[in-house]
Amino acid sequence: MLEKALKGEPRYWAWVVFLLVVIGAGFGAYLVQYTEGLTITGMSRDVTWGFYIAQFTFLVGVAASAVMLVLPYYLHHYKAFGRITILGEFLAISAVTMCLLFIIVDLGRPMRLMNVLLHPTPNSILFWDMVVLNGYLFINLFVGWAALGAERKELPPPKWTKPLIYLSIPWAVSIHTVTAFLYAGLPGRGFWLTAIMAPRFLASAFAAGPAVLIMLALLVKKLTKFDAGKEAIESLAKIITYAIILHLFFFFLEVFTVAYSAIPGHLSHLQYLYFGLHGHPSNVMPLMWLALCCGFTSIALLIVPKWRQNHKILLPAVILVFICTWIDKGIGMISGGFVPNPLHEITEYAPTGLELMITFGVYAVGALVLTILYKTAITVKQYKELT
Amino acid sequence: MMGVNRRDFLRIAGLTAAIGMGGKTAFDLLWPGQLDAAEGGVEGWWKSKTPENPLFPGDMAPGNEVPNPAELTAKRWGMALDMRKFTAATRAAVVKACNQVHNVPAIPGNQNIKWIWETSFEHAFPDLAQEYMDNEVHDLPFLVLCNHCDNPPCVRVCPTKATFRRADGIVMMDMHRCIGCRFCMAACPFGSRSFNFADPRKFFPDGKEPNPTYPTRTKGVVEKCTFCTERLAKGELPACVEVSGGAMLFGDMADSGSPVRQALRTRYAIRRKNELGTAPQVYYLI
Repeated sequence: MLEKALKGEPRYWAWVVFLLVVIGAGFGAYLVQYTEGLTITGMSRDVTWGFYIAQFTFLVGVAASAVMLVLPYYLHHYKAFGRITILGEFLAISAVTMCLLFIIVDLGRPMRLMNVLLHPTPNSILFWDMVVLNGYLFINLFVGWAALGAERKELPPPKWTKPLIYLSIPWAVSIHTVTAFLYAGLPGRGFWLTAIMAPRFLASAFAAGPAVLIMLALLVKKLTKFDAGKEAIESLAKIITYAIILHLFFFFLEVFTVAYSAIPGHLSHLQYLYFGLHGHPSNVMPLMWLALCCGFTSIALLIVPKWRQNHKILLPAVILVFICTWIDKGIGMISGGFVPNPLHEITEYAPTGLELMITFGVYAVGALVLTILYKTAITVKQYKELT
Repeated sequence: MMGVNRRDFLRIAGLTAAIGMGGKTAFDLLWPGQLDAAEGGVEGWWKSKTPENPLFPGDMAPGNEVPNPAELTAKRWGMALDMRKFTAATRAAVVKACNQVHNVPAIPGNQNIKWIWETSFEHAFPDLAQEYMDNEVHDLPFLVLCNHCDNPPCVRVCPTKATFRRADGIVMMDMHRCIGCRFCMAACPFGSRSFNFADPRKFFPDGKEPNPTYPTRTKGVVEKCTFCTERLAKGELPACVEVSGGAMLFGDMADSGSPVRQALRTRYAIRRKNELGTAPQVYYLI
């Protein structure tokens, strides 16, 4: 089936070449990091995780959100998702691929990666994260590929995929829960030490993932005439509306507990993010407020059914959802957790140029995987419809 | 790694690459030999260890656990810092001794390495600081280091057991197993761990480590205070304790006659972030 990705218009190949160039540049930057060490990043003794782990966290959410399609389609036989579910599953594959790459580029000694398997340590959440992420990647790969192959032959999906599909539903929840547990179980980090972290992660993921999917579906429709369907987009928009409201609601639950209890070890992180600490304005302050504004504006645009059914309003609304959730996990999560440090000192973090190049490189790998998978899926589906 | 021969290792690597944790075999192709240095090489190094090899103290190398009769042993090592006895000169001597003995490089900027260092009361004990406290205590610089917790969060989170708690309570690092994920640094509530962002050897004056008998580290691994396991193995007290002029006490917490336990019986002592339940084994006598 993959041969479908080898035939395309010049526009398709130009895009693939562009991605390869970005990947090449990112790989070059990674070689510098590999030789020099993580010193080329903006990370420090106090802020020991940065952009890589933040992107990893965000993308785990995007991957998990495929469940928002799989669950209605397979469990409730919601037919409107018939054309778009494969796009969601393939988006999950691309997102998990990026997650794994972000973990690898973040390691100080990447060659020792296999030590995680050679010395399995069940008390480490990172061990479980590796287990659930790899498991999720393969579930989606098998299920998505088998469903597409069956569709090509105009057969129903093979029976063996059924249990895997059902398994993928709790599994999707597990990948983001375990990722939240990476943070939420650390005794000295007040910002992360909260039971709402996993639900908040899931809520923002179920907003961000479908938002990305709507953007992709609209783009695909424009480029290839493959239409995911009006009803599918409308249902996704509904899911996003609920999820972004839940995300902001959970955020305010957190703000209430932290601010009303006023325990400094917890409060100081939120203070740092939104107001600066001890007269020291934080470098992420404008972004954190921007995220809140984007979140509220998107709710205003999405909550009116007529508006969200209009793609001219829906598209900017889902872009706002994306910005809101991306800043929340991709920027605030890490800066907020590490600043102030356990000794209550402030060391700020900002990514370096090389760090960003590596980040773009990983995103380009994800985009390439997605392009190839979408190209295959859409060619198969369109061929079937033409004949 | 240990107990896994090269063929087994490659089989596992191939298998795991096939199930998606790839990258490993790709690295092997791109940088042949590096894999040996990073993985199999460790085993070889251990095997080549001789009793004369100063790089490996007796207690660390498998198959070489010949007890040294002079070795200092304990059920549970602990430390007490007598804050009344510290002077500026003592603090400086302690930090210098530790840095020299363990080849801790002086790296400028915020990617630095610290095993034991000076900080203010507010930073060492953020939850105990208050506006109207004893001026003397408030203005006193405190030395902070790894607390060798009884219930260490760093050990709990490490995905490879590269950081582990020894039977005698010392929280140790295996620099050859650490993958550099820095999860332990996020978990440590005391900021006691440092990461080698760059090759530390670049930062030694004249490019030579101060103490050739102690191993230098490579880039990409985490390190921290070890309570001087290499010195205990030779029957010596930790370097900081030795130069502290009696301001730092070291002993077995399970032995009621040990200097630390004796001091704790008569003096008021505090621990850093007691409320987190990590049970630090470094006590500050006020």
